[in-house]
Amino acid sequence: MSVYPYVIGIVVFGLGLGGIAVSRHLVHAIVCLNVAQTGTYVLLLAVGWRRHGTAPILGGVPKGSHQVDPVVQALTLTDIVVGITVSGLLLALAIQVHRRRGTMDPDELRALRG
Amino acid sequence: MTRAGRVVLLVLGLGGLLALLAIAAADLPAFGSVHSAYAAFARHAAYADRHAANSVAAVVFDVRGLDTMIEEFILFAAATATALLLRSTREEDAERAEDHGEGDALKLFGIGGVGAVVVLGLYVVAHGYVSPGGGFQGGVVLATAAALVFLAGTYRAFRRVTPQSLLEGAESLGVLAWPALGVGTLASGSAFLANVLPPGSIGSLASAGTIPLLNAATGLAVASAFTLIGVEFLEELFAERARGEEGRS
Repeated sequence: MSVYPYVIGIVVFGLGLGGIAVSRHLVHAIVCLNVAQTGTYVLLLAVGWRRHGTAPILGGVPKGSHQVDPVVQALTLTDIVVGITVSGLLLALAIQVHRRRGTMDPDELRALRG
Repeated sequence: MTRAGRVVLLVLGLGGLLALLAIAAADLPAFGSVHSAYAAFARHAAYADRHAANSVAAVVFDVRGLDTMIEEFILFAAATATALLLRSTREEDAERAEDHGEGDALKLFGIGGVGAVVVLGLYVVAHGYVSPGGGFQGGVVLATAAALVFLAGTYRAFRRVTPQSLLEGAESLGVLAWPALGVGTLASGSAFLANVLPPGSIGSLASAGTIPLLNAATGLAVASAFTLIGVEFLEELFAERARGEEGRS
């Protein structure tokens, strides 16, 4: 099935999104966000892959061989690193929520409180 | 909204989204047969034009340089906001730097590993545009060296090698190098972040024009941002422990 890898990416993305929506714990929601992000990486890399392709690097690669798409790899690369720092920020926010409201359950964070 | 209502909304929305995505996926070209014109252009720009042997690095640091600069800003903003958030409720008392004893095996492994990890990280950063690697990956490897110091040694030793002011300065320098170089290329009469330096000979360290500069700046920014985030969370952990001990006594 030639679209199978794309479907994997979409399913992983959907699992992460669903996890965020039904989450009962902020750390769980952050991990689910990372899972959803991973789905986008799978999709990106799947789009860039070529049959019998090699790494998009010169040297040590036979001349005339196909190379996979470097553009989607570059997008994935920067996104992984930036995504982890954003996860760090979200975890810091979760610590603050826990300190101020004494709960990690998003359902208990309803009303705005000054 | 009640929990049940949210689940219904989720099933409707996510179901619709996934159905649309599945229809879109069915129309995508067969896996492994995509011939993107953009990929061909990026490879040509990397190898023939910029003399960078790693075309991923050429895309990150040159062809899509503006995009990566904004990603660096996100990295900077996220690391700074993490530090601000965690520091805002932490009392700055010096008496929390308790040491934690670890096993000898972990200590030995850590002491042997720190040097090797630093060398590996520097190697991955330095050769980022001639072989697989680059500032992002090497920066993360370098940040793990600081984590090894914490694992192998004591919290006090870890804090000695990672003063916050140094990390903040290094991170700012690494991020600032991007717009600074961009303004420099503007002043030289080219486009913002254009590759204005001579390309050199492909496959050697003296190649790829401005890519090595931006690569090194990124390595610095990523290594210090990751270490800073780690430092802030560890500070938080030890402050929490100190609070717990005060509560008991």
